This record gives sequence, C-alpha cells and structure tokens, in this order.
Amino acid sequence: MSKMTIQTEGETHVVVTRRFAASPEALYRAHTEPTIIQKWMLGPEGMTMPMCISEARPGGKIRFEWTDGKGGGFYLTGEYLALEPYSRIVHVERMHLPGMPGPTPDNHVETRFDPDGAGTLMTMRMTLPDAQTRAAMLATGMEHGMEASYVRMESMLVR
Amino acid sequence: MVAVKAHKLDAVFSALSDPTRRAILSRLARGEATVMELAEPFDMTQPAISRHLKVLEGAGLIARRSEGAKRPCRLANAGVEAIDQWLAMMKGALARNYDRLDEILAVKSANRKETT
Repeated sequence: MSKMTIQTEGETHVVVTRRFAASPEALYRAHTEPTIIQKWMLGPEGMTMPMCISEARPGGKIRFEWTDGKGGGFYLTGEYLALEPYSRIVHVERMHLPGMPGPTPDNHVETRFDPDGAGTLMTMRMTLPDAQTRAAMLATGMEHGMEASYVRMESMLVR
Repeated sequence: MVAVKAHKLDAVFSALSDPTRRAILSRLARGEATVMELAEPFDMTQPAISRHLKVLEGAGLIARRSEGAKRPCRLANAGVEAIDQWLAMMKGALARNYDRLDEILAVKSANRKETT
C-alpha cells in the first residue's frame, strides 16, 4: 500500500501526506518530544541523531544533529511559531550542511494531524522563500542524501 | 528499466551543484526561453549564461531547438526525470522515517493496552 505522497505545488511549496494507524495525539507527541524524534527522524540509512532539542512552545528552539558515526553529519536549527495540541504545528527550519558557507534559506513548515477513520492523516506543507530556493533545496537534498542514496540509486539505475 | 550510466549521473549532479544552473532549470520549468531571456534576471553576460547552458545540455538536462539564431532552450525529459529522481529519493528517506514511526506508535499503543 502506498501510504505517502510527495509533490511540488505552485512555485514554492512541497506537500507531503502520510496516513498513520495511530491517534493525532500520538503523532503530535512523536513530532515534538525529543526522545521519540530521535528514534525515527533519521533520514538516510546509517544516520543517528545524538542530539535533539525540541522546545514545543511558540518561540521554542529546535536543533537536530545527525551523524553517520564516521565523522560525517549535518544539523538543522529552527523555531516553533505556533502549536495547537494535537492538530497543528508551525515551525521554520534551516539545514546546516558541511561545505556550505551558511545555512539553507528558511523552510516554513506547517504540519497538520487530522483524524482519518481509526487513524490520522498527516499533511506537511513546506513553503520556501521563492522558486529558486525550492529548486536549490531540491538539489541540496539530493546532495546531502548522496552518501547513502547515490550509491543505492546508481546500482539501481545501472543494472 | 531505462539504463542510466554512472558517468551520466555524475554529469547531472555536477550540473546541479551550481546555484545559477539550478535557477536556470527553475526558470525553464515554467517554459521555453532564449539565452537573452535567461540572462536577464542574472547579473551575467550572455556568454557566461551560454557556458552554463552548455553544461546543462551536456548533462542532458536541457535541450535546444536548432531553428533560427536564437536557439531557445527547454527542460529535457532527462531534466524532468532528474527532478522526479530527487522526489523519489526524498520520498525514500521520508518513507523510511515514517515506517520507523509506525513501529514506535504500534509499540506505544500495545504498551498502553497492557497498562490499562
């Protein structure tokens, strides 16, 4: 079953949807409580998140640090803008990637958790400052996911 | 499955590593454009833009019509595929995240049932 969708919308949005077999409250906690975030928000295979700050209140700090255990890694900083337990989270985030002079431009993210039958429909709507930034984010995502994904994709495509 | 050679991927990634070239692709995603039109929003000369276009063309990300002297550019199918590939890759990383989250939520829900 394909539970997730991801698509670009207009010039500056990326929208992700995903269905979960759990309550909006459980989803909301999994997105805001550091000890839970550290267990699943890991991205490419082999990454861990040794540091996770998530101050779930308006103006609260966000800082996630990922490492591959071999000296490689990157981190994300941000702030919470609005929280409505257990239905909506609005925050901004930016990636700090090795070899880049500064952080990526702010990504404004609204995450909604709506009851869907016995479970929850999550809708994450990302808004980038402009079309060029979105294009850059798409390409940057490709670059920082390369360690693991490039090799995987290459073997897949060359076959 | 369409076979894409490794050196081809290198060219694609290398072409995408430059912010001007990403901006050019972003512009072409909205439709065909001439070198003059592409040079306008950037503080660059037409020869400089032409050099970027040559890299993008070499990577198979754009195609140019040969009619007339203007040779308008458009996004090539490979360019569209490269963006789709990125989406698929991001989808892969997110999908793994959410699969992990599914497991955590299932365990939490089972624990709650035990304690009540």
